[in-house]
Amino acid sequence: MTNSSLDKLDINKCAKISTISCNGDLKRRLLDLGLVNGTTIKPILKSPIGNPIAYEVRGTTIALRKEDSKHIKIKL
Amino acid sequence: MGLTSSSTGSNLLSKDIEFLKEKCDFTIAIAGNPNVGKSTVFNSLTGLHQHTGNWPGKTVSNAMGMTDYKCKSFLLVDIPGTYSIMSNSQEEEIARDYICFGNPDCTVIVVDSTCLERNLNLVYQILEITNKVVVCVNLLDEAKKKGIEIDLDKLSAKLGVPVVGTIARKKKTLKNLMNTIFDVCSTNTFTRSFKIEYPDTIEKSIETINECIKDVLTDKKFYNYRWISLKLLEGNKKIISSIENYLNVKLLNNDEIQNALLKAKNLLENNGIDNSMLKDKIVSTIMFNSENTSLNVTKYKTSDYNKRNTIIDKILTSKLTGIPIMILFFGIIFWITITGANYPSQILSDFFNFIEGKLVYIFEEFNSPNWLIGVLVYGMYRTLAWVVAVMLPPMAIFFPLFTILEDLGYLPRIAFNLDGFFRKACTSGKQALTMCMGVTKLDFFIISLFVLHYLTDLPGFLQTTNIYYFISCKYYF
Repeated sequence: MTNSSLDKLDINKCAKISTISCNGDLKRRLLDLGLVNGTTIKPILKSPIGNPIAYEVRGTTIALRKEDSKHIKIKL
Repeated sequence: MGLTSSSTGSNLLSKDIEFLKEKCDFTIAIAGNPNVGKSTVFNSLTGLHQHTGNWPGKTVSNAMGMTDYKCKSFLLVDIPGTYSIMSNSQEEEIARDYICFGNPDCTVIVVDSTCLERNLNLVYQILEITNKVVVCVNLLDEAKKKGIEIDLDKLSAKLGVPVVGTIARKKKTLKNLMNTIFDVCSTNTFTRSFKIEYPDTIEKSIETINECIKDVLTDKKFYNYRWISLKLLEGNKKIISSIENYLNVKLLNNDEIQNALLKAKNLLENNGIDNSMLKDKIVSTIMFNSENTSLNVTKYKTSDYNKRNTIIDKILTSKLTGIPIMILFFGIIFWITITGANYPSQILSDFFNFIEGKLVYIFEEFNSPNWLIGVLVYGMYRTLAWVVAVMLPPMAIFFPLFTILEDLGYLPRIAFNLDGFFRKACTSGKQALTMCMGVTKLDFFIISLFVLHYLTDLPGFLQTTNIYYFISCKYYF
């Protein structure tokens, strides 16, 4: 088990969310989108300049900027 | 297009809702995640033409419409699309306040059948507040294409409320929905109160507050004590103050409630749950409920549709092809708009010129002084005619073209592509659309400047011809 953050995850590699290390509105938003502990997440698309990245999570695709996704800690 | 106050209904005060509510037999709230076809359902039910599109935030305030069914009149309220009603963004507050305190006879929750799991999150949150709910599983045609099958009866049994499958573009499926809404409104058989089971300690804490609140609020019209207890425990100040305002009672200043709250919080802390952990637990409990339910009722078949979509997405957003394709799209749209608009603009302008000649002739017949003709015909009429001749054709071409891109779902991809650049200006990729519209609105801006110039510089009224050339540069882009 390696711990890392979501922004460092390679395209098309699955991981599980372990914690979300930010607070306030951003955290709430991420939780609302279904990014709770234990959720499987997979980066599937990179935008032309590499940021944001689109992730597949709970059957939908959402795009996150690196500034935001670095708060999401994952387990491979 | 654009969010004018009349298209969003934000000009309608809550007083108006009350007034309309009096006139109608039943009030229906239509809730759902952004982008699930809520406005389409709303429009088909009411026959209204509120602009719909797959850009989030189309509905920023409650829009209303009326319809009749089986000799009863229904007031439908389209509330803003949100993923959740627990946070404090403006849309979520509007949505939450209406569901909690607007006292609708029935809340229709429109869900996207292609991502049921995420949508169920909102369903569960609303079910915690009220059980007068109809779940409308929309976009069944899309789901079928993606190889997703949903067992509606099973879902209904799980949630304890009626579930109707719809394809918003097909009117037949909506009749079924209206029928179910009618049943929910006219019978009060849905007494089963829905409950999400939280972990034991949280349940006990809720119970502690619940007991106390029941005593304090016995004579109030809002009966969902459990929900209020949960919100008190969570300590969400905005929601609590909304509740206090609505019930006209001070909850936090009440000693009994304070005591119960303290007791409940101690109980949690003794079990190692602090406030932020409590919020996490509440959210994840609801989320896991959604996950379980979704897994239980959905069947996936492999389909080529998904594969094809992935490939298209890759092409539209890749480093090599993403931006060029986007520029090409924009180029084509602007080219069609600009060259295409020239012809109708010319026709309109010729027509207006013809009318202008006639107007001048009429004024001269009556021996009007030159300054009056200048003000009314060369000033006011001509400016108005230019605005229409210059603005109308490009708008009439540009917006339908953009709507096509919207329907294809290309706009979110544009936002995704451009976000990196837009971030440097401290904004988001979503602004790309607004900026494109801004380009076409530049003419309008320039014309407005000239009109302003007219009005502030009266002698300039008679120099209309000079300005004509100015505007015509813009006219030919």
